[in-house]
Amino acid sequence: MSAQMLRVTEIEALSPLVKRFRFEHPGGKKLPLFSGGAHVVVEMPDGDLLRRNAYSLISDPQDGSGYEIAVRREDGGRGGSRFMHANVSQGDTLRISTPLNLFALDARARKHVLIAGGIGITPIIAQMRQLLRMQDRFEIHYAARSRSEAAGLRLLPRLPHIHSHISDEGDRMDLGAILDRQPIGTHVYTCGPEGLITAVAQCAARLGWPRGSLHSEVFLAPPPGRTFEVTLAKSGRTVTVGPHQSLLEALEEAEVDIDWSCRGGACGRCETDVVSCHGRIEHNDHWLSEDEHSSQTKIMPCVSRFRGRELIIDR
Amino acid sequence: MPATKFTPSIISRPIYGGLTPHGAVPALMLASGPGGEALLDLIAADPAVLPHATVIYIPEGSDLGPRLEAQGPASYVEAASYASILPRFRKLLAEALMNTRLYLAGTEGLIGQATAEALAAGMLLEAIEAEHRGSLARRMQCVHCKGITEDVTTDPFTCSHCGLSLFVRDHYSRRYAAFQGVCVDAETPGEVPPKQEIKA
Repeated sequence: MSAQMLRVTEIEALSPLVKRFRFEHPGGKKLPLFSGGAHVVVEMPDGDLLRRNAYSLISDPQDGSGYEIAVRREDGGRGGSRFMHANVSQGDTLRISTPLNLFALDARARKHVLIAGGIGITPIIAQMRQLLRMQDRFEIHYAARSRSEAAGLRLLPRLPHIHSHISDEGDRMDLGAILDRQPIGTHVYTCGPEGLITAVAQCAARLGWPRGSLHSEVFLAPPPGRTFEVTLAKSGRTVTVGPHQSLLEALEEAEVDIDWSCRGGACGRCETDVVSCHGRIEHNDHWLSEDEHSSQTKIMPCVSRFRGRELIIDR
Repeated sequence: MPATKFTPSIISRPIYGGLTPHGAVPALMLASGPGGEALLDLIAADPAVLPHATVIYIPEGSDLGPRLEAQGPASYVEAASYASILPRFRKLLAEALMNTRLYLAGTEGLIGQATAEALAAGMLLEAIEAEHRGSLARRMQCVHCKGITEDVTTDPFTCSHCGLSLFVRDHYSRRYAAFQGVCVDAETPGEVPPKQEIKA
């Protein structure tokens, strides 16, 4: 994974829980451009731990002068977002990966409908900047609980086709009304909690939409669980995965060479073959098919865990 | 006439899955000649497709028109040819909604052209149902002059635009909805192999 050290040049509170960070090249060099929906992985040296979290870019995809992300502090999370909020200051340098897009706009679309829930607004901000530049037809529907928590309001321009739904104020997002009577060539992009993505899929299916017009992105934080052991077929070594660690992180700690990209069960880069499995793999990814999940012949080390007597993987 | 089965030997040729009903959603139905029977079969399989259906039928000598109209779709139009109905078909696509389904039945040329039109309008391939009924004739594009010759039944054939003798390649272009025809006597002008009937 290619990455470079970038300097934090701006930190701004967008809401009590969300901060915007801007990164620039220390020597003023231009950064690679990206496309709306892309994310970067931020490396955070936190004591003995090297944390790596993926964050969607919110800056203009055509602006190489810097990258911007918005980070929501998850107090119940594993610590990456708390580190960003508490330990990162203006002037610090952090290792930031080259942008990668798993949530790109569909070039076949004649109209784009962007639906965001909460902090899911972040990739949609960059998609919006791209759509404004391309002068494509689009509408945005952004749902948040309260106006004070809605960090996206600070990032969205006031335009008649950009709608905010604040549920505290009695304005709940009505998916049926959004999706009904959309013209052919419409593509829908949803980012937010799993429940929102499922609700959009169900509503579209009920209205008779073809499945291929729906796009979504959800990054998972590796869920905690019990400690488990995994045997590596190539070296015969055994690694132990702690309760708040992912298998991928345990492999990295053991200096096993493994490729990765999103670290959230979406991209497929760290897919690993299972040589033998006596027990049950707790699949948490969005990458493998249901058949692959039930056959227990593959595992996504970034988010999935194991419970049982023995798991041997092809690493 | 039953649905036409192709031999699977031509890998670039689309596979037409037949008309599967999608129930009571807006539908555009476009059929030519014996393709009308495929629409009648579709309506019989699920009458719910009918009340929201716009049916366009190009008889090409077939007498299925009155039976199709008698089914009572939301609207029924008969057309002399695909070219004559194209402006109306384009308008219907432009006004279509995300739950609109397209049902195509008839010759490969009709299916291919209407599919390309619908994709350009933004429709997804999965919203299009197609069934091939009728002639095995191919719609051919001359790779030299780019002209299209319709209803080609022999190999080689004469390009209706530039007059070259063209070899019928098993190379289908979804973009042009046509097979590719290449000059058969370029190396040895005048030496054209005998014509054979196209059987697949």
